[in-house]
Amino acid sequence: MTNTTNRHDRISIQTEDFSLADEVDYLEDNNVEDGAVVTFCGRVRNRNLGSNVKGLTLEHYPGMTEKSLQNIIATARTKWNIGRVCVIHRIGKLTIGEQIVFVGVTSKHRGDAFSANEFIMDFLKIEAPFWKKELTDEGEKWLDSRGSDTTKAQSWNDSDDTPNA
Amino acid sequence: MTIKVNFFAALREQLNCSEMQLTISAPLSVEQAKQLIISQQPQWSAILTNGSLLNAVNHDIVDDDFIVSPNDELAFFPPVTGG
Repeated sequence: MTNTTNRHDRISIQTEDFSLADEVDYLEDNNVEDGAVVTFCGRVRNRNLGSNVKGLTLEHYPGMTEKSLQNIIATARTKWNIGRVCVIHRIGKLTIGEQIVFVGVTSKHRGDAFSANEFIMDFLKIEAPFWKKELTDEGEKWLDSRGSDTTKAQSWNDSDDTPNA
Repeated sequence: MTIKVNFFAALREQLNCSEMQLTISAPLSVEQAKQLIISQQPQWSAILTNGSLLNAVNHDIVDDDFIVSPNDELAFFPPVTGG
């Protein structure tokens, strides 16, 4: 991964919560080239597939997770002209309303950062080795992957990568 | 010579095993490694032959015919559900 990982990529897999303000500071600090900062934050919903969700446990494959995210970011860098990238994913036990995942991307103009952010999130959903176990009123259950997530990620192969070129 | 084999998430719970060492005499395919594991743990057969499982070698997703060598790290797991 030596030649594809940009020095401005920050990847963190962590149990503790993160601060949106701190992550935006990281993306913007000493960065006057980029006029666009696009951030996405995913949180634990209270309902899923008709069940009341009390919380989640997130498991991951240490080492492979980081490598997978580096690969996804490297691919995004081949498609768009982007500056800094930050991906944070939490693991362990989470309760409803808690933050799970953060993706932040900067670019000179907004189009590249919007597209790259969505691309990174779409491929994180289908490639990065994380697994959610949901605690509901009916007990604990590992979530099944969704075909719609695969379809969404694959749609990038067919689309124009540079909408604001 | 051995390879390390990891199992994750629902698969880990079904097998009640998170990792094992597999002794091999020569490089072999992921599918052959799986059959070798099943020959040692026949009760795992139905679970490990579930076609939706993914394979990784040294932290990259690979196909069933990918060749695993001694000291490689092999992993089996269900489709991912993060984000």
